[in-house]
Amino acid sequence: MKPAAFDYIRADSAEEVVQLLAEYGDDARILAGGQSLIAALNMRLAQPRVLIDISCVADLSRIRVGNKNLTVGAAVTQAVAEKVVQDSNNIPLLAQAFPHLGHFQTRNRGTVCGSIAHADPSAELPLCLVTLGGAVNLRSWRRRRRVAASEFFRGVLTTARETNELVESVEFPMPKKQARYGFVEVSMRHGDFALVALAGAVSDQGVRLGVGGVADRPWVETLPTTSGDDLDAALEDLAWKLDARSDQHASARYRRHLVRNLGRKLITELSS
Amino acid sequence: MKRLRHTRHTVAIRLNGIDRTGECEPRTLLSDFLRYELGATGVHVGCEHGVCGACTVTVDGLAQRSCLTLAVVADGREVRTAEGLAPEPGVLSELQAAFRRHHALQCGFCTPGILMSCADFLARVARPSEPDVRQMLSGHLCRCTGYSNIVSAILEVASGNEDSPDA
Repeated sequence: MKPAAFDYIRADSAEEVVQLLAEYGDDARILAGGQSLIAALNMRLAQPRVLIDISCVADLSRIRVGNKNLTVGAAVTQAVAEKVVQDSNNIPLLAQAFPHLGHFQTRNRGTVCGSIAHADPSAELPLCLVTLGGAVNLRSWRRRRRVAASEFFRGVLTTARETNELVESVEFPMPKKQARYGFVEVSMRHGDFALVALAGAVSDQGVRLGVGGVADRPWVETLPTTSGDDLDAALEDLAWKLDARSDQHASARYRRHLVRNLGRKLITELSS
Repeated sequence: MKRLRHTRHTVAIRLNGIDRTGECEPRTLLSDFLRYELGATGVHVGCEHGVCGACTVTVDGLAQRSCLTLAVVADGREVRTAEGLAPEPGVLSELQAAFRRHHALQCGFCTPGILMSCADFLARVARPSEPDVRQMLSGHLCRCTGYSNIVSAILEVASGNEDSPDA
């Protein structure tokens, strides 16, 4: 339960980080808060040759509430983002999701972008990002590109990020007027990874329901209606479509059950 | 930019108000550095992947898992452990005394981590409710007490101690 040896580099700027990624590529891993990475190092699931610490990089530590987006830099901790979200009082989905996101002791170090880059299928922030239709800003030595959240997550711990790219920031769209947002989760302990997490956005344009913890990536479905047999049928289809797996915490059947019932409850609450 | 090869380096932290230095490799966890290099064995190591909470310390005032932090990352920072809670030898802090009164510990393995989480939590939440305290404790595993006595001890200190909440 101790990490294998590595060289450690503390970067001072984003430019240095992408230079180092160009130099080391596959051999390097970015260390931001380390709340997933160091656990993986301890278990030797990851054995990088070089760790690039970005936690002290000032130009990656910015967080900005704009008219269109909440933009969060790569070194911003979840605790800092949580405070900004609470203070703005205008970002309802994230405000509801943050308390479920690990424990306050891990949010003190863990970063928003780190959770996005890690891409655990049961993690809350990727689910919120996809449900809101957000985007990920990637930067390499050669270029910058912006990838839609729906294109970014490719599978379990797998994303569209190339090995020489840094997740420089992520953009969570600000809420739409008249839309209502809700987040609900079932986990073994409060703060543990979700068995099933649901993020809902209900407006005149329809229902977007995001599901985490079931498929190999956060999944968003547009549902045709907010009540009645049609909603039940749509949730039934969705529950089966996600290809739920059984593990030591919950059976596939229980996960489908949660998608159907929590889904109906969440959408009913948001539509009333 | 600061580059450290995988060999041993000097790491300097301020531990419980005293400047300390030790040597370690970049791969050394803060938990191991505190225990084996600086002798702060109040830092208990349970799961070593961030689940049990026993190794919780504060770094620059923020409670965090020392098993999920590298010692080199904590270089130059202010670290506090359970050893720093008591005001003087033989005298318990208010929270420690409340833990004793309420039988909030049996084997004591999880206790230092919980006390350090409380140091951060009570400093930022002046008047926590029971659900607040239980949510904070969700980051800690205690297999002895069933948590009720821990919750009682924390609530007692929080209710009577609004002015100096980090006791």
